[in-house]
Amino acid sequence: MAATSATSLEEAAEGGVAQGGRGPSGLTLRAFLRNRRTMSGVGIVVALCLFCFAGPLFYHANLVSVNLNLINEPPGPGHPLGTDEFGFDILARLMQGGQSSLELGFAVGILGTVLGLLYGAISGVIGGFGDAILMRIVDSLLAVPTLLLLIIVSSMFSLNLFVIIVILSVLSWPAVARLVRGQVLTLRTREFAQAATAMGASKRWILIKHMVPNTFGICVVTSAFGVADSIYALSVLSFLGIGPPPPFADWGTLLTNGVNNLFNGYWWQVYPPMITLILVVLAFRQIGDAMNDIASGGQTGRIYARRRRLGFLSVGTRFETQG
Amino acid sequence: MTWYIIRRLGQALAVVVGVMLMTFILLHIEPGNTAKAVLGLKATPARIAIFDHTYGLDKPIYQQFIIYIDQVLHGNLGISYQLQQPVTTLISQRLPRDAVLLGLSTLLALIIGIPTGIYQAVNHNQFADDALAGTWFTLYSAPDFLEAFLLIALLCVQFHVFYATFNGGITTVGGLLADWRALILPVAVLSINSVAGFSQYVRTQAIQSLASDYVRTARAKGLSRRLVLYRHVLRNSLLPVITILGLSFPSIVAGALIAESIFNFPGMGLLFWQSALEHDYPVMLGATLVIGVATVIGSLLADIAYGMLDPRIRYGSN
Repeated sequence: MAATSATSLEEAAEGGVAQGGRGPSGLTLRAFLRNRRTMSGVGIVVALCLFCFAGPLFYHANLVSVNLNLINEPPGPGHPLGTDEFGFDILARLMQGGQSSLELGFAVGILGTVLGLLYGAISGVIGGFGDAILMRIVDSLLAVPTLLLLIIVSSMFSLNLFVIIVILSVLSWPAVARLVRGQVLTLRTREFAQAATAMGASKRWILIKHMVPNTFGICVVTSAFGVADSIYALSVLSFLGIGPPPPFADWGTLLTNGVNNLFNGYWWQVYPPMITLILVVLAFRQIGDAMNDIASGGQTGRIYARRRRLGFLSVGTRFETQG
Repeated sequence: MTWYIIRRLGQALAVVVGVMLMTFILLHIEPGNTAKAVLGLKATPARIAIFDHTYGLDKPIYQQFIIYIDQVLHGNLGISYQLQQPVTTLISQRLPRDAVLLGLSTLLALIIGIPTGIYQAVNHNQFADDALAGTWFTLYSAPDFLEAFLLIALLCVQFHVFYATFNGGITTVGGLLADWRALILPVAVLSINSVAGFSQYVRTQAIQSLASDYVRTARAKGLSRRLVLYRHVLRNSLLPVITILGLSFPSIVAGALIAESIFNFPGMGLLFWQSALEHDYPVMLGATLVIGVATVIGSLLADIAYGMLDPRIRYGSN
């Protein structure tokens, strides 16, 4: 099938487009470090991590006992960002909530990518009928909105941070698997893979030694998006009230509390978590987006739309190879 | 082309079976016992046995799956534990309303997104482009529920322009449209997230079109800037949007769930959410199945439409 539109990463990864020699090798550490957009994203992430994990070492506040004398105080001396409906200091809550948001994000980003990488690489290497079956499983998982599955599963189990990490990872790997498998299909036809086959390398050797390292670029992109998506998903779960029970808080919990008090005019409860949540999601998407641009050959054009193909790619296999 | 459609159909069918298997598995790992859930906790073992026998729950699991497929194909998705109505009835009442909500919001997103994308491409890497991209990117990264509540605070509470909830009695499509002051906000919230996708996709396509030889030829032979944009750039950029339309369905549905539960819109999302709160598994899984199948059909249609509209695919693959 001829590729008809942009040689974007996804389409190339779908297997139909020759990579024209640039391949994933364009994705080097140097390219990452010299890109303005990745570095601005990394800067925001580092700043937020410092804020959440190092901040509590310097800024102490009571987050244990409810103090009814202090509820819903506007920003002022002693409470730079005011207090919430329980009398907790919002700045300190923001650090605490950010810890769980970021921990979850990194864990799901990495775990989901590793699962998807293994699945996709195996599927691409074995090829043929087994590949077709494995890919239809991925398609089936992608056909159902993640949020629905998340709600069904979370109504069956009692949640804590660990369980949510597991569920989100299990739900986020199919998109990764699809991309990695597409990449492996293109790599398989490249000279070095054929040379390895000719020299009698086993499929497992080729998989571990040649395929997995070469899909590293894609994995960086998908894990960056994975982090953003899972932080976002956790905030939606918290909003719907099916996240982990109360002592647990993430930025979504804070934002939901703030939104519920929005009509009382307590604006200081809404804007801080809103800004941090949008910043962190934005920063990770920026990193993933810029990395994807580098990987697809310095193409201009941002990924928003292309990442939709990536994230919610269901059964569109227009660019599939015949092999 | 024919061979391509047949192959695509086969894949879609396999995926539908996969989705069925998934809902079937979820139905069977639900905590507790189906018979007890329906008959009540005080049901005697004998009655549970009769129930299991009647509904085939005592058969081996693979036979149960075949029975499940058979039931689904006959339009039987089970009976709601809470509402005591067939799931099919509940869903088919709500589908037309969702068609209104999703259709209107997608339309709105396209109306805003396509011209924005073209405008950004024409001015690409200039300030206007960066500013618009930044705006869409930020809106796309903000949670749906936040956007919904900010809009409510501004347009319903501050300025009494629109209504924040639906009148519970409205059930018909005409009634929904007549209640436009309540319909506008959920439609707006849903489209805000899609606009980012559509506009940036059109932008990428249009940048490539603008740099292509046929655009240069058209300009060289004296076609006006406007005509080139309409006739060459826009047309060639629109084609891939069809694929995006097919693929973005699951994300729109997920957004609809949140928007519907906030605005009390009587659609599938609200139904799903209410059954989730009441642990009404047949409804949840029935809705999941319908949405999954709709996604598969949507992307199948998008692929076929794409193949038919693009002459390179239409003639190329024969």
